[in-house]
Amino acid sequence: MAQGPDIWSLYASMRKSRLFEEAVAGLWEQGLVSGEMHLGTGEEAIVAGIVSHLRDGDAMALDHRGTAPCLMRGIDPVGLIREILGRPDGLCAGRGGHMHLFSKNHLTASSGIVGAAGPAAAGFALAAQHLRPGAVAVAFFGEGSMNQGMLMESLNLAAVFELPVLFVCKDDSWAITTRPDASTRGTMSERVRGLGVRYDETDGLDVEDVWRVAHHAIARARSGQGPTFVHARCVHLDGHFLGLLLLRIAKDPLVEMPPVGVPVTRSLFTPGGAAPPDRLAGVRDIMSSIVATFRDPRRDAGNDPVLRARRVLESDPQRLAQIEARVDGEIESILAAATSELVT
Amino acid sequence: MRTLSYSAAVDNALAQAMAEDPRVVVFGEDVPLLRRELLVRFGPKRVVGTPISESAFVGAGVTAAMAGLRPVVELYMVDFLGVAMDALLNNAAKVETFSGGTWTVPLVVRAPCGGGYGDGGQHEQCLWGLLAHIPGLAVVVPSTPADAGGLMCAALEHDGPVVFLEHKLLSETWLEFLGSGGRSTVAFDVPDAGTRGPVPARWEPLPIGEAVLRCDGTDVTIASLGVGVHRALAAALVLEREGTSTAVIDLRWIAPLDATTLCDHVARTGRLVVVDEDYEAFGLSGELAAVVAEAGLRSEFARVCTRETIPYGRQAEDRVLPSVERILEAVRRLP
Repeated sequence: MAQGPDIWSLYASMRKSRLFEEAVAGLWEQGLVSGEMHLGTGEEAIVAGIVSHLRDGDAMALDHRGTAPCLMRGIDPVGLIREILGRPDGLCAGRGGHMHLFSKNHLTASSGIVGAAGPAAAGFALAAQHLRPGAVAVAFFGEGSMNQGMLMESLNLAAVFELPVLFVCKDDSWAITTRPDASTRGTMSERVRGLGVRYDETDGLDVEDVWRVAHHAIARARSGQGPTFVHARCVHLDGHFLGLLLLRIAKDPLVEMPPVGVPVTRSLFTPGGAAPPDRLAGVRDIMSSIVATFRDPRRDAGNDPVLRARRVLESDPQRLAQIEARVDGEIESILAAATSELVT
Repeated sequence: MRTLSYSAAVDNALAQAMAEDPRVVVFGEDVPLLRRELLVRFGPKRVVGTPISESAFVGAGVTAAMAGLRPVVELYMVDFLGVAMDALLNNAAKVETFSGGTWTVPLVVRAPCGGGYGDGGQHEQCLWGLLAHIPGLAVVVPSTPADAGGLMCAALEHDGPVVFLEHKLLSETWLEFLGSGGRSTVAFDVPDAGTRGPVPARWEPLPIGEAVLRCDGTDVTIASLGVGVHRALAAALVLEREGTSTAVIDLRWIAPLDATTLCDHVARTGRLVVVDEDYEAFGLSGELAAVVAEAGLRSEFARVCTRETIPYGRQAEDRVLPSVERILEAVRRLP
């Protein structure tokens, strides 16, 4: 019962997810994936630490960043990548896409609407109470969702119904381009506890810590002790989505700044409008977003959960090399199978 | 005359209104960055970012408008109005009636709509039929830069709530933000005439509820709006070569609908084809058929609409959204 996390298998799972999503980013760059692409790179410790506890009958309600949870839950990776490519032989026949991943066998559903994972997990948990006693439902969402009414309502509903739900907040302190200080008041713990839900914090960069917190929370849910909210901080290594303007500016300011700066400057000096102090306050708002991106924590390797786990395992280089060779091989064959008939 | 992009035209008209009327304020998700040019000119008190709380900030927009502001509330996508539906359905649309006509809601809800760039069925809907179904809401969808600015002025001057929808294929900023993300490896079927074009030096509001004839013809009338207008114009060129003289009406407003222009024209051609990127069933296309029938006109009828949830895969998506090919087939099948 009191067994601890298996850091080796957690690391393998995280590395696999990272390589998988890096491959997806490559496909996106090549133009083989159209539209938006939200990667979960940087969230791997949270996802692995939670999903590794799940078993048959457990459910997942995912947001627009669902690739890693699906992969770690054991959903067919070839089908997953084909879905992301929009192919008819994809997981959802190419009709859902990366924001709308569904697997009935795994009781896994997604929504690209911010906060929608809350009610979805509550409903899965309600069905579990009736049909699958001992099963749990997990909701994954970002901290931007914490201002969405339907998620707040779901916390209360889960508390009132004593639902076996894990509400997992992956907090990277960015709601697309908006920081929490501009959008949120009060603390998350006060808010959650105020709705009668148990609140646990974990280091979202430390997979073993997440695993332990999830272990206890899921045990409580399975034994009928109701919902838990798990607050885990992380850094989205690829930002809100691939190609986000703020990150492009940080990466290549000389190229990306002028198309932004020239019209902004022209507008700043256009007659009619606010007095100079108000205009300057506007400039400061924009500059602080850009500066925050330059000071971005993603530049610090310490904020990469996969590297952090790896560092622990470097004490056994032989086993590490074996595991990495196995995972890398798996990813290679997944990619080969998934893109086999693609002519580019 | 000067040349502006579709997206710049909307912001430019909005800036003109903001400079002249301090009651016009803009708020919505990520607005400080998305509308950065307005932010540095009008300051953070009038260009305000909101939490991701659509039901709260659209709902607040309704009463802010009732209490004297002229708010432009911006959503990331019209699809997300689902979260805030109560504010429009049960409040904004009802206030004028409930107050015995004494109180109006001069609110503009601005949102990108439409597909054709691979964002899937939850991020590419049009929903203008759903919104126009509700009495009390005006719904407008510009198809050119000149219309985009002129119709934004009209929406701002209107005393009732207006949903202003910008098609993402016409808006280079939205298409860049959501479609290409700075990549040169993706291409979309963008109608050039809708994305950049001549606009007046000074914006004047276009009439509310007035359609415009984009191309005249005597054999068949195509009614459409948004990107559909450009698809219809492309089809009309092909049909002209085949000997079918085709008129294209750009409705611009779904509500209020310009039934007069529609009926006058259908009375001449006796054939109506509706090109509507919104859902087919219980929507705009059926409404136009009803309007023509109620006017006592005998007309052949066909429609090219979106019949199902928009699939994510690009090829499947292109088959589901109205295309020039589907318009040609529909017109050729008419008796």
